[in-house]
Amino acid sequence: MKRRLTLSDALFSSCNYLVLLLLGAATLYPFMNLLALSFNDSLDSIKGGIYLLPRVWTLDNYAVMLSNDQLLGSTIRSVVRTVLGTSLGIMATAFFAFALSCKEFMFRKSFNTLLVVTLYVNGGLIPIYLVIKNLHLTNNYLVYLLPLLVNGFYIIIMRSYFDQLPAGIMESAKIDGASYFQTLFRIVLPISLPVLATIALFISVMHWNSWFDNYLYNSRDKNLSLLQYELMKVLLDSSTQTSGQTRVDENTTNLVTPQSLRATMTIIVTVPILLVYPFLQKYFIKGMTIGAMKE
Amino acid sequence: MVYKQWLARAREQHQLLIMTIPLVILAVVFHYLPLWGWIMAFQDFKIARGISGSTFIGLEKFQMLFQDEKFYNVLRNTLVMGVLTLISGFVGAISLAILLNEVRFSLFKRTIQTITYIPHFVSWVVIANIVSILLSPDGGALNILLMKIGVISEPIYFMAKDTWFWFIHTVVSFWKELGWNTIIYLAVLTGINPELYEAADVDGAGRFHKMWHISVPSLMPTAFILLTLSLGWIIQSGYESQFLLGNSITIDYSEVLDLYAMRYSFQIGDYAYGTAISIFKSVVSILMVFSVTYIAKKSGYGRIL
Repeated sequence: MKRRLTLSDALFSSCNYLVLLLLGAATLYPFMNLLALSFNDSLDSIKGGIYLLPRVWTLDNYAVMLSNDQLLGSTIRSVVRTVLGTSLGIMATAFFAFALSCKEFMFRKSFNTLLVVTLYVNGGLIPIYLVIKNLHLTNNYLVYLLPLLVNGFYIIIMRSYFDQLPAGIMESAKIDGASYFQTLFRIVLPISLPVLATIALFISVMHWNSWFDNYLYNSRDKNLSLLQYELMKVLLDSSTQTSGQTRVDENTTNLVTPQSLRATMTIIVTVPILLVYPFLQKYFIKGMTIGAMKE
Repeated sequence: MVYKQWLARAREQHQLLIMTIPLVILAVVFHYLPLWGWIMAFQDFKIARGISGSTFIGLEKFQMLFQDEKFYNVLRNTLVMGVLTLISGFVGAISLAILLNEVRFSLFKRTIQTITYIPHFVSWVVIANIVSILLSPDGGALNILLMKIGVISEPIYFMAKDTWFWFIHTVVSFWKELGWNTIIYLAVLTGINPELYEAADVDGAGRFHKMWHISVPSLMPTAFILLTLSLGWIIQSGYESQFLLGNSITIDYSEVLDLYAMRYSFQIGDYAYGTAISIFKSVVSILMVFSVTYIAKKSGYGRIL
């Protein structure tokens, strides 16, 4: 194929690159700005004018954050929630999806219907709250794990992946006398890594990012608070008091302004995500496209 | 006899039952049990007496709901913000997908894609923090920029302008989901038969012509289906963003159905009324989802579904 490079084409190309570059910058800038603030001396930050690079380098903001028991505790709880929630969630999703993809399963139809209904029908915020309260799951770590365990959307994505696997695989496993657990763990899961990675990413991001269940069910118990919720409290504090008053942190003699603390917490909350999702990009793109086409 | 066969099958498939039954129980508890709680909306519900101990009052709560001016206000907010986010996100995603598709240098293309996915993966708490820092009246980057170029002489406290809330909320949601929303359109664009473009080359079509007459029309069926389907979910669009970006000053524009239901239940203690709002939302949503799915299927683009 011969491509002619005309003037208008060249002009279009350069404009296109420029627009996309600006878009990339507009997306990155806020994060870069917070990164700079988190490494800048907090009293110096009040003067303003911090853009992409810190002016007075310091690690104090991080030191203050990590020496605060409440913040450190909530960080640990968030990590534990994400790890536990993702492992349990991926197992639950695989179990349910596998059972639904076994043609001979006696409850295949009824369980499938039961699941699809959950996609459309939503009891609503208040009725769900009352169920959880009546089950004594408020002020309870389990409320972070149990309600999110069965997710119809993820189960359906995984099932459609299992359904696409070569039909003979399950049959031959059966002839060889493999049990269902063996078939799932030894045969199906090892060849389903792309979809497992996609769903694991979605579930872990969901757990890492959630704060509303913390706010709604566990806000009374300081020992159950998560990092996102702590960050939310700083946000709400700052919208009631407008300017950057300084305050002495309880556990240290360092002065850290709420604004610097916010920037630092925001960076700590964001970095784990940035470290994970780019590596899974080609998987989740595939997962998203399959999901959308099947819907 | 039938019973014995059934038992034999259950024994044979007991591993599948072990895998699913605990999860089915969880699904019933967290997705179906709340529906039983809908009874509350028809009762003079008191939390101390529970559903079994409360007396029935019929449709009183729903009459109250439809006469409540504040309810129409939050319904308006829910729908307006839902539509604004949907339409802007839609136009943005298609445009960005087309621009990205024109990029020949694949490393550049992938980098921009990766960068624009970031905001989708971070929580609304992080986004709201970023917004409040960028728009802050003391030292926020936007105020500094606007003052430097002379548009304003004094910093503006953006988050305290109630009538600006819809606009700010739409821009922020647009920024958050822009990259993510392009995924499906990019997949469609890569699926276009290259012969179409080659034929256009032979006919002497420029980049613009090819974009306008090949890329854009190829996206339309998918776009139409996705837009129609998302319309059905509009009343279900979240409440986290409004909760975090809004405040007591902007409440007439930022409060949405769920937040109103929450306020009524927890501050006034009227759980029955909160439940009535939840029921309204769920029922309207189901009706809308099924009617738009029906329309989309009838429209002839149904093959994609």
